[in-house]
Amino acid sequence: MTAILEMQDITKTFPGVKALSNVNLSVAEGEIHAICGENGAGKSTLMKVLSGVYPHGSYDGEILYDGKPARFRDIRDSEQAGIVIIHQELALVPLLSVAENLFLGNEVASGGVINWPLAYQKTEALLKKVGLTEAPTTKVEKLGVGKQQLVEIAKALAKNVRLLILDEPTAALQENDSQKLLDLMLELKSQGVTQIIISHKLNEIRRVADRVTVIRDGSAVSTLTRAEISEDRIIRDMVGRDMAHRYPDRTPKIGEVLMEVRNWSVMHPEQPRQVIRNVSITVRKGEIVGIAGLMGSGRTEFAMSLFGRSYGRDIRGEVTLAGARPDLSTVSKAIDAGLAYVTEDRKALGLILDEPILRNISLANLEGIASGAVLSRGREQQVAEKYRKAMNIRTPSVFQRVVNLSGGNQQKVVLSKWLFTDPKVLILDEPTRGIDVGAKFEIYNIMNELAGQGHGVVMISSEMPELLGMCDRIYVMNEGRIAGELTQAEASQERIMALILQDGMKGEAA
Amino acid sequence: MSTAETNKPATTGIGAHLGSHLRENGMMLALIAIVLFFFIMVRATQGVDFLSAQNITNLFLQNSYVIIMALGMLLVIVAGHIDLSVGSVAAFTGAVASMLLVRMDLPVLMVIPMVLVVGGLIGAAQGYWIAYWRIPSFIVTLAGMLVFRGLTLWLLGGQNIGPFERSFQSLSTGFIPDLFGADKPNFTALALVALAAAAIVWSGIRARTREAEFGIAPEPAGFFWARNAVVVVALLFVGWKLASFRGLPNVLLIMSVLIVLYAFFTESTTTGRRIYALGGNEKAAKLSGIKTERLVFFTFVNMGVLASLAGMIVTARLNSATPKAGVGFELDVIAAVFIGGASMSGGVGRIIGVVVGALIMGVMNNGMSIMGIGIDYQQVIKGLVLLAAVIFDVYNKTKQG
Repeated sequence: MTAILEMQDITKTFPGVKALSNVNLSVAEGEIHAICGENGAGKSTLMKVLSGVYPHGSYDGEILYDGKPARFRDIRDSEQAGIVIIHQELALVPLLSVAENLFLGNEVASGGVINWPLAYQKTEALLKKVGLTEAPTTKVEKLGVGKQQLVEIAKALAKNVRLLILDEPTAALQENDSQKLLDLMLELKSQGVTQIIISHKLNEIRRVADRVTVIRDGSAVSTLTRAEISEDRIIRDMVGRDMAHRYPDRTPKIGEVLMEVRNWSVMHPEQPRQVIRNVSITVRKGEIVGIAGLMGSGRTEFAMSLFGRSYGRDIRGEVTLAGARPDLSTVSKAIDAGLAYVTEDRKALGLILDEPILRNISLANLEGIASGAVLSRGREQQVAEKYRKAMNIRTPSVFQRVVNLSGGNQQKVVLSKWLFTDPKVLILDEPTRGIDVGAKFEIYNIMNELAGQGHGVVMISSEMPELLGMCDRIYVMNEGRIAGELTQAEASQERIMALILQDGMKGEAA
Repeated sequence: MSTAETNKPATTGIGAHLGSHLRENGMMLALIAIVLFFFIMVRATQGVDFLSAQNITNLFLQNSYVIIMALGMLLVIVAGHIDLSVGSVAAFTGAVASMLLVRMDLPVLMVIPMVLVVGGLIGAAQGYWIAYWRIPSFIVTLAGMLVFRGLTLWLLGGQNIGPFERSFQSLSTGFIPDLFGADKPNFTALALVALAAAAIVWSGIRARTREAEFGIAPEPAGFFWARNAVVVVALLFVGWKLASFRGLPNVLLIMSVLIVLYAFFTESTTTGRRIYALGGNEKAAKLSGIKTERLVFFTFVNMGVLASLAGMIVTARLNSATPKAGVGFELDVIAAVFIGGASMSGGVGRIIGVVVGALIMGVMNNGMSIMGIGIDYQQVIKGLVLLAAVIFDVYNKTKQG
């Protein structure tokens, strides 16, 4: 078996974070090589290094492709060499036809004039290879996500791909679409296309992968052969560290029920389908409640629909908060009722990046720094200084624009903003995403402190170890339903996955 | 591997503080430089005094409407939108005023509030589609620009309507009478200007001591006093000149009151702050409990009211409503806002910057006209100044990181 690709001692640093350190990856010609790791372990960074998104010179180490050093300056460079990456978010232009998308930037043309008959002919041939029968003139937006994924693969084939990289290709797919995709991967393998698949789904990996490399905290910890692949082994390598020291200690002091949501149902804002189905949860005083689930399981949609109906339509259900039935119909009413929601995307939804720290902290509670309608800038600054100390926001001054802060410090600014609204229940959506290990620990400490003060904390996270380490109770969501509920003592990654899988089967049966 | 540290910009709070003030002080200096330039050039080429009492009075009369509309335009642009219709709206409301005054013979004190309400309704009609239907403001107000120009023509039947009674004319060309009776210099004017200068210095000192109390590093004392000295001298000079001519124009008083009001609104009120937040990141603002639609709607209603006020001032100044009034105003107004440091993407811009920006445009118009520079060159020069000011902004921003 000759190696088509050797990545040697790859190290990549971002300001404040070492994303990859001395990673070695060897992919054999004609194999399907899976890469596993927690969110933020560095899988995507590694693939971006490989495909030239991070150009040669911006990382340390060497890439050997076909045994020769490869120095890609950009994606075009790597595509010319036959390396094509298909990202989780598809890169198709919805309003263009399949044919136009397949040859985008690579048109079937002579002298700038497109030869449409030839393009359509080639498109049909490529679509056939991936098992699609759509007309080449079909607009991409008319296709479902599964078929769009196949179009992406056809697009890669149009570029004479030799090494195809699929970043969580089935994350957004239904079960039978996923099966089709995996079949296609095996088919391509028989035609000699080498593939790298990044996936969280261990059953898929077992099905298609010849070897697995596990990445943890920016290092490749192990490469397993087909015989060695087992869930236990992969999970052990993925989690790795001593769980006891990743999360701060806490003695929970859990009181009476603070918030109760009953039979919460939400329709998709545009499509006629139900996104949240009869979700019921309770949160007690001093309790940290986790919500686990795969991407697309409806966790964020649930939280946002609860928080002032910021998502969806036709929202039904009952909420009791601190013994009252609050009006949660707008965000400001939800805030007044004592609810706070820290969004999963802090840059796009949580912060005003170009404004200074103090203005971001006061944003959700301007009344708190004003007399009537008139702001007191002195009070605003005092408040900001208070949270800067309490949260340990590392900055030379509260007048610093938040765009200049690291991810961890930005998150502390968002938390400060919501604490200043004096909430009873805080919903934290992926609170540690994109944050380095040290800052994560600080965020965990803050969460524990909040629970200790009698707040109810709801934590949504895709990182199961984090939920297991932090939560007193975990709800597992799947396809918009609560698939089960586990106490801290009962909970384990296996139990959570099992609940998701069982619920998935129920969904199919029904 | 040491890129981790070097990539972090070392902007300190003081640095950022000075950085933002560099821009304003730069604008102020540019205005002074432009005034001095024309003072010298006009004297050299035409042999007349650019800073004569009459020309200073003219400067304000000619530019008041631009400044007044720019105050509203700043809010619109800070909220992340644009209003192309203000010139047509000003013309239309001017025409409405003339119909009410001349054809229907209604009293001035009734007409002025009625026209302001009409302006507000026009703003509401446009703001409704922009705020609640999310139709791009560029398109809605482009439509408004055509619609209200057309309605102006229709209302006036292609004719000029005028003249008006003195009380309406005085909205633009009137002067505040001297309470002390003496004719020249006008003591009321002097007293008001001196009062204004004192108020500026006093509020500056107050803000400074307060900042010191809260431990904010203030700007260097020498710098503070130098800046205030320049402002006070300029104000007193203008005041003296105006006093020795016909006194303070009414429109200058209206304008000054509005400037102070809007500066206070944008910088010190919760609603003002929310408009900046909305322009800075609409989604984040919304998820922080800010009613973004309502605010966008409000900025357009406000713009409509100010456009109608400007429309009446222009109509009063020309002493007739004409179908061609206000053509191209929107571009002067928008240019003033961007020269004044506002950002196309929203969330950035200050009232004081906009006023200075409008004055720069006004002084250039006036100076070039006196020098007899053709309208062709004038347009080219104004265009380049606008481009230069915005390039300066972008350059500053990339430098800050």
